Amino acid sequence: MSAVSVNKLTKLYHTKKERVKAVEEVSFEVSKGELFGIIGPDGAGKTSLFRMLTTLLLPDGGSATVDGSDIVKDVKAIRKKVGYMPGRFSLYQDLTVQENLDFFATIFNTTVIENYDLIKDIYVQIEPFKTRRAGKLSGGMKQKLALCCALIHRPVVLFLDEPTTGVDAVSRKEFWDMLKRLKDQAITILVSTPYMDEAALCDRVALMQTGRILSTGTPTSIISSFASNLFTVKAEKMYPLLCDLEAWDGARDSYSFGEFHHVILNAQYDVGQLRTYLDSKAHSNVEIHTTQPNIEDCFMQLMQN
Amino acid sequence: MKQFISFVKKEFYHILRDRRTLFILLGMPIVQIIIFGFALTNEVKNAKFAILDQSGDIATRQITDELDASRYFDLASSLKNYEEIEHLFRQGKVKLVVVFPPSFNSDLQHFNSAQIQLVADASDPNTATTLTGYATTIIKDYQLRLLHDKKLPYTINTTARMLYNSQLKGAYSFVPGVMAMVLMLVCTMMTAITIVREKETGTMEIMLVSPIQPLKIIIAKAVPYLLLSIINIASILLLSVFVLDVPIKGNLLLLISEGILFTLTCLSFGLLISSVTESQQTAMFISLVGMFLPTVMLSGFMFPIENMPLPLRIISRAVPAKWFYDIVKSVMIKGLSFQYVAKETIILAGMTVFLLALSIKKFKTRLA
Amino acid sequence: MEAENIITTEELTKRFAGFTAVDAISFNVKKGEIFGFLGANGAGKTTAMRMLCGLSKPTSGKATIAGADVYKQTEQIKKSIGYMSQKFSLYEDLTVKENIRFYGGIYGKTNAFIKEKTAFLLHQLNIENEADKLVASLPLGWKQKLAFSVAIFHEPQIVFLDEPTGGVDPVTRREFWNLIYQASERGITIFVTTHYMDEAEYCNRVSIMVDGKIEALDTPRGLKETYNATTMDDVFLQLARKATRADV
Repeated sequence: MSAVSVNKLTKLYHTKKERVKAVEEVSFEVSKGELFGIIGPDGAGKTSLFRMLTTLLLPDGGSATVDGSDIVKDVKAIRKKVGYMPGRFSLYQDLTVQENLDFFATIFNTTVIENYDLIKDIYVQIEPFKTRRAGKLSGGMKQKLALCCALIHRPVVLFLDEPTTGVDAVSRKEFWDMLKRLKDQAITILVSTPYMDEAALCDRVALMQTGRILSTGTPTSIISSFASNLFTVKAEKMYPLLCDLEAWDGARDSYSFGEFHHVILNAQYDVGQLRTYLDSKAHSNVEIHTTQPNIEDCFMQLMQN
Repeated sequence: MKQFISFVKKEFYHILRDRRTLFILLGMPIVQIIIFGFALTNEVKNAKFAILDQSGDIATRQITDELDASRYFDLASSLKNYEEIEHLFRQGKVKLVVVFPPSFNSDLQHFNSAQIQLVADASDPNTATTLTGYATTIIKDYQLRLLHDKKLPYTINTTARMLYNSQLKGAYSFVPGVMAMVLMLVCTMMTAITIVREKETGTMEIMLVSPIQPLKIIIAKAVPYLLLSIINIASILLLSVFVLDVPIKGNLLLLISEGILFTLTCLSFGLLISSVTESQQTAMFISLVGMFLPTVMLSGFMFPIENMPLPLRIISRAVPAKWFYDIVKSVMIKGLSFQYVAKETIILAGMTVFLLALSIKKFKTRLA
Repeated sequence: MEAENIITTEELTKRFAGFTAVDAISFNVKKGEIFGFLGANGAGKTTAMRMLCGLSKPTSGKATIAGADVYKQTEQIKKSIGYMSQKFSLYEDLTVKENIRFYGGIYGKTNAFIKEKTAFLLHQLNIENEADKLVASLPLGWKQKLAFSVAIFHEPQIVFLDEPTGGVDPVTRREFWNLIYQASERGITIFVTTHYMDEAEYCNRVSIMVDGKIEALDTPRGLKETYNATTMDDVFLQLARKATRADV
């Protein structure tokens, strides 16, 4: 049995003029103990999807089960066994760290001591501040506390909605390290993120855009299905280089990527022609390398298809 | 039960840690009672008046002294002729002029009847009415005493308004009013805000995903405000008895029970508002427009309902505060027992049950 | 030819009660440069940026923005800069055109200027058909591109961008950066903060703030060489981990 099974799940929302499909016939399976990433920009439908799976929203179509319980019929069962960390910091700012944790434990009919082993690794980091009000914690600390509160009842499935948005690179890295350790505790984790580079840290990912899933699979399998000859290009003047690449017939696509530009060549072109073309445009210090695509390359290609 | 207690405890933390709001909640009744008691009252004190005494006898002097001695009036000047009256009013020096006709005392002695003319500055009609009312009362009091042992050929008509408030003290009408207003604010607005705040901060999302039942959340939210309201009722009653000299004529227990009933009505209304709004501002706005304004305008506390046009009188019947105001007036000021306020109590209880049922039904166990 | 310095700071410091948010930072930004301003949460980026925008008076040190002094000539600074942040940019309940008009009006531009520039801008962003739609109805990526265009509508000398690309898809993010490049080509200086380390690579030079001080300032390539790192992410992590103070 899958930990999470989603079948053609759809959510509409109504604006004054039209009906927008926030989530459109989304299907995927998450195995037990998996760290599953939903990768997509704002407006992809990640939050609506998570809210449906945590019984906060009713779907307009399709079905889904979480740990075998139906998200529409078995609301009570699901509410007992999932942990949920919403996108915004959602703890009581005027309660201390300790009070928040105790409160959430009681609400979930458990105690901090009972499941202390599960949160111990994370909790020791915030323990020095346990009498401090949650609102006075730093961003990274808040996040750790929120994770503790979401874990306190030992959920079977943990939903983390954009836990790393607006958090700096150091805290992001720490957070992912914590998730890795949680995986060893056999908790199934679904995490959503707009950061493409975080995909590589998941067991499997679903790439999402405007309510639809573009692709599902392990990061490696998604990358290997990327059938294009991708090159990185660099020159003295990067912006004119990009303009020239965009104007060239040989490039199926070209875009900036870190310190290089990425160029995907059309089938009948090769790297020699690329070099000749760039020389003809009088670029200096041209560097061209072949490279492995990453999730972001794949996402962009999938978006444009 | 543990869930519930822990939730109530959390609510108390919220309230106790928000010192400013707590201060306002507990200080508000005190400040309002004091403001209404000493500043905003429609009583007039030490209003300047003048006399035009064309008789100059013992009766007119005694009446003048009576007026001057009362806390409402101060004698400013004595006039010689009618022309001066208008002159004095134009200067705004006096609010009222008492005109005694010639041979006032002899008329009174021989015909058991005499005329006094009260001329008031009606550019401020409320003050004018109040002043003539006061003056009339004082003069009639004088007549009563003067003719003490004689058979009176006429009866004295005092107005109904002064029946239980012979000194026309404003406090009698505003203490019940302030009570209704404060409970309204504390219960309706604060309950609405506290739930909507959890929606805004996103904690409600987590609560909904947790196994705690919505009913427990609702009741736990209401408990602290119920307690605060009881404190407020107590402080208002203490202030009115010891500072404003408005005694509690009726049964204290009955009065407090009715107060708690009204608190529950307000709490239910607050819950209803919170379950249909998404932001604290909207919740506050709806509480103000939906509850606070009707309480002030239509409960009979500021403006007498009897004088309102029919549609407003009908609407006022839907305002819980009107019924509570009537109850408090009956129990506290008139000293009536439960049977006289049974109808109002049943109506208020009915409203509470209806509002509570509606708000529980409307409470969303999901988002949107 | 060396381009002129458009931003100069010297020992710029901001202290709050008992706490030095920005600790004697000195750097220069050249005209037309794309300058990345990085730092962990709480490193003092926002405070520094506020001082440079003339919104907050420094405790000590010197700074000039387009020749104007941050202590005395804040009005002049405000005229020569544009500002865009992720949080606030456009009025959602106004149409695209109304927003542009409003900002043009704020900066005292003539009707003719606004009209001409609006047409150009709508064409550049390819949103001529959406000109009379409410901003609320536009996709996030379009809003951000529009917000940027509005921020440079009055042709400022410098534009400050505070995490401008949060949450947008990778394609839109690149379109956004193309707008930045174009602005830079026109001589507008770009001062940008971001959480995306690959975006730091798009900058001409990058500074990294740690605990209120500028710990490193160089071209992305130079930084990677100095810190013996393959990506800017590595450079950032190496530096930010040194931080001793928690963010506030």
